[in-house]
Amino acid sequence: MATKRSQSIGRIAVAPSVVLLFVWMIVPLALTLYFSTQRYNLLYPERSGFIGFTNYTYFVTNPAFATAIVNTLVLVGSVLVITVLLGTLLALLLDQPIFGQGIVRLMVIAPFFIMPTVSALVWKNLLMNPVSGFFAWIAKSFGFAPIDWFAQAPMLSVILIVAWEWTPFATLIIFTALQSLDLEQKEAAEMDGAGAFSFFSWIVLPHLARPITVVIMIETIFLLSVFAEIRVTTDGGPGQATTNLAYLVFQQAILNSNVGAASAGGIVAVILANIVAFFLVRVVGKNLDA
Amino acid sequence: MARKISPAKTAFWTVIGWAAGFVVFFPILWMFLTGFKTELEAYSTPPKFLFFEWTTENYQTILHQRDYLHYALNSVIIAGGSTLLALIIAVPSAWGMAFSPTRRTKDLLMWMLSTKMMPAVGVLVPMYLIFIWLHLLDTHIGIIVLLCLANLPIVIWMLFTYFKEIPKDILEAARMDGATTWKEIVFVLTPMAIPGIASTVLLNVILAWNEAFWTLNVTTIDSAPLTQFIASFSAPQGNFWAKLSAASTLAIAPIVILGWFGQKQLVRGLTFGAVK
Repeated sequence: MATKRSQSIGRIAVAPSVVLLFVWMIVPLALTLYFSTQRYNLLYPERSGFIGFTNYTYFVTNPAFATAIVNTLVLVGSVLVITVLLGTLLALLLDQPIFGQGIVRLMVIAPFFIMPTVSALVWKNLLMNPVSGFFAWIAKSFGFAPIDWFAQAPMLSVILIVAWEWTPFATLIIFTALQSLDLEQKEAAEMDGAGAFSFFSWIVLPHLARPITVVIMIETIFLLSVFAEIRVTTDGGPGQATTNLAYLVFQQAILNSNVGAASAGGIVAVILANIVAFFLVRVVGKNLDA
Repeated sequence: MARKISPAKTAFWTVIGWAAGFVVFFPILWMFLTGFKTELEAYSTPPKFLFFEWTTENYQTILHQRDYLHYALNSVIIAGGSTLLALIIAVPSAWGMAFSPTRRTKDLLMWMLSTKMMPAVGVLVPMYLIFIWLHLLDTHIGIIVLLCLANLPIVIWMLFTYFKEIPKDILEAARMDGATTWKEIVFVLTPMAIPGIASTVLLNVILAWNEAFWTLNVTTIDSAPLTQFIASFSAPQGNFWAKLSAASTLAIAPIVILGWFGQKQLVRGLTFGAVK
């Protein structure tokens, strides 16, 4: 049992991290909120002052904003669908009797450890280049015209790259959950004469519901801020085709030095993420017996 | 009792499994091979798989002309520094919550988790300005503190889930034997905590090494890690595929190897203990 003394030592031990995280969360967020109500451009520091919601109206009525929101949702949604489907399939596959299963598993999860700039540039050049890329060669060998990926389907190209990076994450987590489905349950189901299909839909799928939820939520948090892949491949283009919310804020803040408008965009991103976080915290919290 | 699995079934799944693994792994394999080609052969169609003139020329160029070592050293400093700093703050914190929990411990943990939910882009503007004001742009200390704070919630969580599994009875036993608090910590608890701390370090090093939002935004040259170095290949005039591949192979090798060793811990850390 925790004594009074150990409790107070515990409090002192916890304090620094709480203070730091509080400062890390509150100060920037407060500043973002503050700047979002200011006319503030780093290039024209003399023109400043309170302007209320003007930045929001500017940001929200800016056609680039609507495009960025749509692009963000398309990117997050598509990557989620692809990674969850492929991840589940790959996890089920890894759960089968495979000779050399350990090596196959290593190959499948490897992309997750690749830094985003490497993944993006290797895909863009070595694989997706319309002249010398590997995909172009495959298309040509089958008698098709090679696709100029980043010109004809820029968003799809980014989606493919990001999905490749995140499929291993989904696979790894769903596979870990599958393995905890114990053997006795499998055997009992077999004895009861459950077919492969009913076994899957009545025992495996319900068991996977939780890990899949966790995958969806954690991926959403990270996918809302996809940045490096866009930065090194398309720079948000052509036009606005691959500009997501994170990229738009980056453009406003660092390229246009428009602190006010960028802050308004940042707040919008925070609100979007909070909607997701609200559900995630519930799911994780249920599992926590502190 | 192990179930009997027919050889035909194993053969079937083995073929499919290896095929799927190969497809997923192919971009990495292809990059690895391209790193040993000449620039000319890297662009050749039809592509050359294994029968090309293997050369280490790209690696030599990268290591000698491109300042690769400068960026690699920065990656080591940033990943190592931010991990160490995070540990110094997180170990006592997780320890306190695991061993003397209060009624608020659970809420505190959930709140810490929620700070990780804030998208980086939401605080890009103020962090960028704070960095300008404090002259932290392109400094090691700036990016180390930033990545430490960004990953701190995950580190605390992961340590907490490990520390919580240390049986508390053992403490009482030690106390009965007359051990002081310090002796408890040094001789009883530390040895039991080391595996959890090692796993946490592993995960945090991987996350920090590959971090590509803050490193691309607040570092340029002096403190720029490998993520920036690779990004420099995106310039149109810098389209050297063989060199890009060689540089990429060098940049990812240590982390891929670390990651392969730490798969299980990764699941635990990345899901905040929700999937073990």
